[in-house]
Formats: sequence, structure tokens, C-alpha cells
Amino acid sequence: MTLNAWVPLLVLCSSLVPGLLIFGLDESRVRLRTRLNLAGALTKLALVGVMLWGVAHGHTYEIRITFLPGLDLALRAGPLALLFLVLSSLLWLVTTIYAIGYLEGSPHRSRFFGFFSLCVTATVGVAMAADMLTFLLFYEMLTLATYPLVVHRGTEVARRAGQVYLAYTIGGGALMLLGIVWLYTLTGTLEFTPRGFVSELDSSHHPALILIFVFLITGLGVKAALIPLHAWLPMAMVAPAPVSALLHAVAVVKAGAFGIVRVVYEVFGVEFSALLGVMLPLAILAAATIIYGSLRAIFQDDLKRRLAFSTVSQVSYIVLGVAIASPIATVGGLVHLVHQGLMKITLFFCAGNLAETLGIHKVSEMNGVGRRMPWTMAAFTVAAFGMIGAPPVAGFITKWYLGLGALDAGQHWVLVVLAASSLLNAAYFLPILHAAWFREPPATWPEERDFGRRETARALLWPPLITALAAVLAGLFAAMPFSPLEWARFIAEQEFRRP
Amino acid sequence: MDTAVLIQSGLTAPILVPLIGALLAFVIRRWASPIGLLSVAALLGAVILQVPELIADGPQRLAVGGWGAPLGVDLYADGLSIAMLLMTAVVGLGISLYAAACFRGTPARGQAFWPLWLLLLTALNALFLSADIFNLYVTLEILGLSAVALTAIVGGADALVGAMRYLLVSLLGSLAYLLGVALLYHAYGTVDIALLAERIDAEPAAWAAMGLMSAGLMLKTALFPLHFWLPPAHASAAAPVSAALSALVVKGSFYLLVRFWVELFGEIAGGVATLLGLLGAAAILWGSIQALVQTRLKLLIAYSTVAQIGYLFLAFPLAVGSGIMAWSGVLYLALSHALAKAAMFLVAGNLLRFGGHDRIADLDRVVQRLPLSMAAFALAGVSIMGLPPSGGFVGKWLLLESALTQGRWGWAIVIILGGVLAATYVFKVVGYAFTQSENPHQAQPVPATMEWVAFALAVAAVLMGLIVSQPLALFEIGNPFRIRTELAAP
Repeated sequence: MTLNAWVPLLVLCSSLVPGLLIFGLDESRVRLRTRLNLAGALTKLALVGVMLWGVAHGHTYEIRITFLPGLDLALRAGPLALLFLVLSSLLWLVTTIYAIGYLEGSPHRSRFFGFFSLCVTATVGVAMAADMLTFLLFYEMLTLATYPLVVHRGTEVARRAGQVYLAYTIGGGALMLLGIVWLYTLTGTLEFTPRGFVSELDSSHHPALILIFVFLITGLGVKAALIPLHAWLPMAMVAPAPVSALLHAVAVVKAGAFGIVRVVYEVFGVEFSALLGVMLPLAILAAATIIYGSLRAIFQDDLKRRLAFSTVSQVSYIVLGVAIASPIATVGGLVHLVHQGLMKITLFFCAGNLAETLGIHKVSEMNGVGRRMPWTMAAFTVAAFGMIGAPPVAGFITKWYLGLGALDAGQHWVLVVLAASSLLNAAYFLPILHAAWFREPPATWPEERDFGRRETARALLWPPLITALAAVLAGLFAAMPFSPLEWARFIAEQEFRRP
Repeated sequence: MDTAVLIQSGLTAPILVPLIGALLAFVIRRWASPIGLLSVAALLGAVILQVPELIADGPQRLAVGGWGAPLGVDLYADGLSIAMLLMTAVVGLGISLYAAACFRGTPARGQAFWPLWLLLLTALNALFLSADIFNLYVTLEILGLSAVALTAIVGGADALVGAMRYLLVSLLGSLAYLLGVALLYHAYGTVDIALLAERIDAEPAAWAAMGLMSAGLMLKTALFPLHFWLPPAHASAAAPVSAALSALVVKGSFYLLVRFWVELFGEIAGGVATLLGLLGAAAILWGSIQALVQTRLKLLIAYSTVAQIGYLFLAFPLAVGSGIMAWSGVLYLALSHALAKAAMFLVAGNLLRFGGHDRIADLDRVVQRLPLSMAAFALAGVSIMGLPPSGGFVGKWLLLESALTQGRWGWAIVIILGGVLAATYVFKVVGYAFTQSENPHQAQPVPATMEWVAFALAVAAVLMGLIVSQPLALFEIGNPFRIRTELAAP
């Protein structure tokens, strides 16, 4: 085995090992725990950087062990995997810093950071899984590792939210298992292959393949929060803010969306999926989710719930980009995996800052908050404009490519959806921005904590600023090598046959 | 009997070691606990030593005393028996370590426990090694009686009622089995399984024997609807006993059902395979739903056993079309269930000692206060619900694959549904482990050994999902499932 084969395993271990060590740490060992966390996050980032360079230069990173005769568990870092890997390892580092600041002085932190690390381990496993079975393994591990984070506060509300979360994800996972075993009995392989591995099957199997597609997409759609499988996401908002950030931007929702990308491109293949006739229904479902999520977001007064419904809506851009089945739209969908992550994590960090610093949980309490916390709200504003799709923030790039792709594929109705969604995004973000910047602040905030001359703790302020800056840079320098956009193009070239 | 021959063969060690241990523990009561631990450790060593021999030489037959079939007592070991012996020894060692810590404060119970527990291991190992159906009756009877006595050692009304019901069921089961044996002996003039396999024919005597023996064994295995005795008995016993009953004892009678099915009855059974499968499916659904509505942890775990036993019976219909895959799947489930369920009952014992009760809704933040035990419960739960990576997942994967290859969707859906229900009841417990109870209680310390043993067993159940090919290869030694291929012909 070459040295390269060990890198994917090391990437897994860089969060698994610190996570397990942290479980064993006493609550009071704050400094050691912080060091372990940061060392793990930095190591992972460095390893992913090495692989990024390697993959761009044609190296392969793969490790496999035999599971059952003829069926392997394998990790492989290809271009698509790296898109997700870079995103999750970058955001893990930022979220870890944020979480350390956010949870300062709160109980059960060893447990929290332990599961936090397991969560990221599962996410990078999902990213690097080289076949459906390995994917399922890490996908289920992700479900289990996030559960303790959702119920972390130990209240009755949290317990209920946890039960709902599990009911959806375990149910979805069961359907996926059924689909995967069925697929295996038909094809005898589960290995992800560019342009898919099922198109060779006899056409008498096509009805079965359509059903398998439905099973897999349903199982993945739960985590990606496609309607009508989205209800767990707003409920899971009882979790602490770093968890919400993790759920929405890095781990759970993204794993679902990423899985859909894998299934469409590397199990079924785009052309074959279109031949089966499953792409249009998927596109319509995604479009419906985009509109429905935005509509619901408008009427939420709870800030985190509004953001949650916004996630429901935004993640479906990825699915929409995939389902339009044109190379340009694919670029838009893939790049949104990164863009949505950067923007949404910024928004959740800011929401967490408002709650921690001023006790603000509701949109109606946000009047004039821009004067009290200008930096936080500046980051929030940038991310919100990105969500609406205003240039030069990254969200604009996404919508541009999705629109172009839709025209390219002759699906003009998508433009209407994109326009409507932008309007709706504006309808639920602009009032917040208006209230925050232009209304008079109240005499007292609900629950203010004093941080001296700074508006809030340093560990809480820097992460949203960094991610907001990254969202702007990803938009401004979209044409540079190694930008998310260029990488998405690199992937799209492999997933489509050249005409 | 020629003792030299007995000692020479390693095959007798799994029976003799715990038997000698039982006698010593009974005589030297003060040292019962170290004697017990030592015997079980020696037992594990003896079984492990058998494995390379089996891999090198294939299945082994030993005519005890040199008489041979049809007159003498034969021992026989193939991959299936060794797998069961290994399971018993590993789980048995875990339970023994736990029991040593658990009974430290109550020496009287410990002194009652060790001889009976070692006797139970003796009977179980003899059952996995015997090659004739009368001998098997004897082992079944000893197994049942020692299990009943173990159930009763905690005392108290619940335990005595549970033990009494268990005793009656056990006797009834053995009786039905013995009648079947008598019928077969009368019809074919032998009790040796291999000889019977050559002689048996589809005729009323064989059918009647099949009905009686299967019914007796199903009663002892607690297959739905004959499961009624299991929850009270398993839930009222002391934690190490509950673990032994759920993890090991029910597997003994199931093992016999499989053996007889493959060797004797499979060919003449007609539609019985489907019937067994349907009962298994009903057990999965009924047991899981019952587990879900329980408010006491030990009852929940006991009903989960009822459901998991149901899975084992799905092999009978599925093996008709896919042979080894279904059998391996079920065997894998049986082994990983043994590890996981033992872990769960041991955790329940820890929680009971810690809080003085096992009401699920009042678990009161045990996730923070007994983290290792809850981690063990959750990891065992992963295997029980069949999520990857775990032994339970491998078993379910094989069963699902065998069902879907044959296009038998009904079975596949039951397999999936059982997993979802299991997740629901496992997480019902885990969820309440996070919340604060309205009835706070005084917490008692739990010895570290008791926590670590449960954790180790649970981790083993999970690891079985990563180390798969070696156990699967072991199962096939000696072709215990009589799969007909050119290569496997004896």
C-alpha cells in the first residue's frame, strides 16, 4: 500500500481520535480539550490541502477493506469528494473556535465536543465514501452522532426534537438500506463510478431502477430536507447555535444533498437518469421546496426558525442544479454546496451572537441591533445579500449558473422559480436588515451580557466575519484556480460525456 | 469409561472444564468466585485452541469411551458448533467478570450463583457438541433446570413467580422433545443424528416427531406466540442471569432447531418453513411493539429479545432459495445479539444499582452520570437495530440480500420494519437518559468492572460489523448447513 492510501484514513482519524480522547477528559480540562480540538481541525485541514493539491495533479487517494465477499468498504478522495471535504474541514475549524467561545462555562462540554468531532468524522466519511455501502455507514453514523447534540440541553423540548429527528432520519435510512441492497442484487456492485454504473442493465429492470431511485432519494431527501420530509429541521433548532450551524451548513443537510449528487451522477448517471424520466420530478420537487421553504420563512418570528426554513429552501438549489441535467446547471448546483455553507454558517453564527450577547431570539426584538453590534450585523448583512443573490457575494454566482443551465437545457420555468425565490428571500431578509440598521434600539435588551469595549466575545465575533469574508471572496474571485466555481467545473467535466 | 481418551481430545474440554469448576465451586464455597472466573477463562482458552485445529482438519467427531454410534455417546464439532461455543465462552467470560463484581456485596447469592452458572455453561457446551438426540435431551434438561434455579436466586415474589412459570414451560418443552425422541427411536432404531439423517423418511412418525420436537424447542426458544414466559423470567432475574438467559440460553434451543432442520426435517417439512418464518415475522413486530410500550427498562430489553428471536426464524423460509447466505445471516445475528443483548442487560443492572429502579422515564441524566454504561447501551443498540457498522447490520444485510435476490418482498419489509422499531425503542431509553427526572433519587456507586464489561461486550458487537470474513469462513467449516455444491460434498 502506498503512502497516498493512508491519507483518507488519516483524515478520518484527525477528528475521530481527538473526539474519543475528549470523551475521556474531565470537564475541567478546558485547555487540553481546546488544544485537542484545534489540533485535530488544523491537521485535517492540512491533510485535505495535501489531497487537494494531489488530486489536481492527478494523484489518487484510496483505501479499501473487504466487508463481505465481493463487497468492499472503501474511501477515495476524488474531485467531488474534495469539494465537500474542503468545505467541511474549513468550516469545522471555524465552528470549533466558535463553539469554544459559545459554550464557555456551560456544562457537559466534553460530551459536546466529543460528539461534535464524531459528527465531522462522519461527514468526511460521507464525502470520501467510494461506494454506496461505505456511504450508508457514515451516513448512519452521522445520524447517531448528531442525536446527542440535538438533545444536548436535556430539556423535554430537546428530547422531543431528538425523537422527531430520529423518526425522520432512521426511517429514511431504512428506505435507503432497502434501495441499496436491491441495487446490489441487480448490479453486483455499489462502487461510485463517473456517469453511473446501472445504465448497462436490461431495460426490463427499468421500473425497478426507478423505484430504487425513489428509495434512495427519499432516504437522502430526509437529511437534505426536501418537502415533505423537512419537518425535523426547524424542530432541531432547540440545539445550541454551533450545532445548528453544523447541521445546516456543514454536516447533516449537506450530507443529504451531497448524497443526492452522488446518486444522480455516480450511481445512475445524469444521462441515464434523464432517460428513466426521474429528473423532471426531482427538479419539480426541488423547485417546490425552494418556494415552500421561502414562504414559510417569511412568517417565522423566531430568528433561528426563519433561518431553518431558509435552509430548507436554499439546499434545494443544489438538488435543482443536479436535476436540471445540464453541465452548466451542475456547476451551479455543486458550487452552491460550498456557497450555501459559507453564507448559512455566517447567519447562524450571527444569530448565536445575538442570543448569547443580548438575549435576542426573535426577529421582532432586533430593532436597532446594528448599532449595538455593528460587526455581527455587517456579517449578517453580507450573508443575507448573498442568499438573496446580490453580486458580488457568492450566492449570485450560484443563481447565475443555475439560470444559464436552465436556459441551456431549455427548461425556462426554472427561471421563474429562481426569480420568485430571490424575491421571497428578499422578503424575509430585508425586513430584518431594515429593522436592525434603521429602527431605534429599545432602552434595554432582553438579556444583555457585558463584554467591555467589544460588542461580544472575540471567539464569537471572528468566525462570522471570516465566513462572511470567504463568501464575498468566493464570489469575487470565482474565476481563479481552486475557487469553488473552478473546482465545480472540473467535476462537471468528468460527469458529463463530451458531445 | 476410558478417561485417557476423554482428556486427550480438546473436544471434551468445553464440557469438562466448567463441570469441574461447578463441582469445585459447590464444594469450596468461599472460593466460588475465583474458581468460577478461572474456569470460564480456561473455557475460553480451550475453545479458542480448537479453532485452528478445526480450520486445519475440518469437522471433528469423537466417540467418547471408544464405543461410537449407534451405541455410544458421540461428540461432534463443525463450524457451527465452534461458533456457538465461542459465543458462549466470550459472553460467558463477560458475564462472569460482571457477576464477580456484582455479587461482592451479597456473598450468599454469589455462592448460589457460581455452581449453577458453571453447570449452565456445561449443559450449553454439551448441547453444542452432542451428536445424538437423547444426549441432547439430557443437556436440554440440565440447561433448563440450572437456568430456572438461576432466575430464582434473587428471591422476591417477582423472581419466584417468573422462575416458576419458566420451570413449567421448560419441563413442558423438554417433555414434548422427549416424546419426539421416543418416536424417532421407535421408528428408526437409533438416536444418532447422522444415522437418523440417512434413515428418516416422509411418514407420519417422522412428522409427529418433528412436530413434537420443534414445538418443545420453540417453546424453549420463546418464539411468538410461545414467548409469554420470557419477559417476566428474564426481567425479574439478577442482571448477570438475565444477560445469560437472553444472550445464550435461548440460542441453545434455537441451535437445535437449526441442526434438526438441516439434518432431519428440512426435506420432509413441506410448508413448515413458511410457517416458522411467519411466526418469526410476527415475533419481530409484536415483540418490538411490546418493547416500545414498556415503562420498565428490563421488560423493554426482554421484549426486544422476543423480537430479535423472531429474526432468527426468518432463515427457514429464506434458506430454501438462497442457502448459506440466509443461514450465515441468521447465525451472524444470533452471535451479535448475544453480545449486544448481554451488554444491554448488564447496563440495565448498572442502572438498577445506580438509581434503585428501572423506570425509563425517570432515568434522570444517566448519560452524564454513568456515561460508560449509556455508551454501552447505545452501542449495543446500534447492533440491535442493525445500523452499520455492527454485527447486527451484517446479519440483516445478508438476510435482506437473500430475500431480495429471491424477490421475496414481504420478508424484506419485515426485516426493515423490525430495525426501525428497534431504533424507536432503543432511543426511547437513550432520550430519557438525557432529561432530568421529576423524582430525583439517591444514587449508589456502580463498580467500574460492571461498567467496563458491558462496554466491552457492546464494542465487540459493533466490531463484528467490521471483521466479517473470518467469522463467515468459520461458519462454513464442515458444511453445517448441507449446502450442495461440487466442492462442499462430504
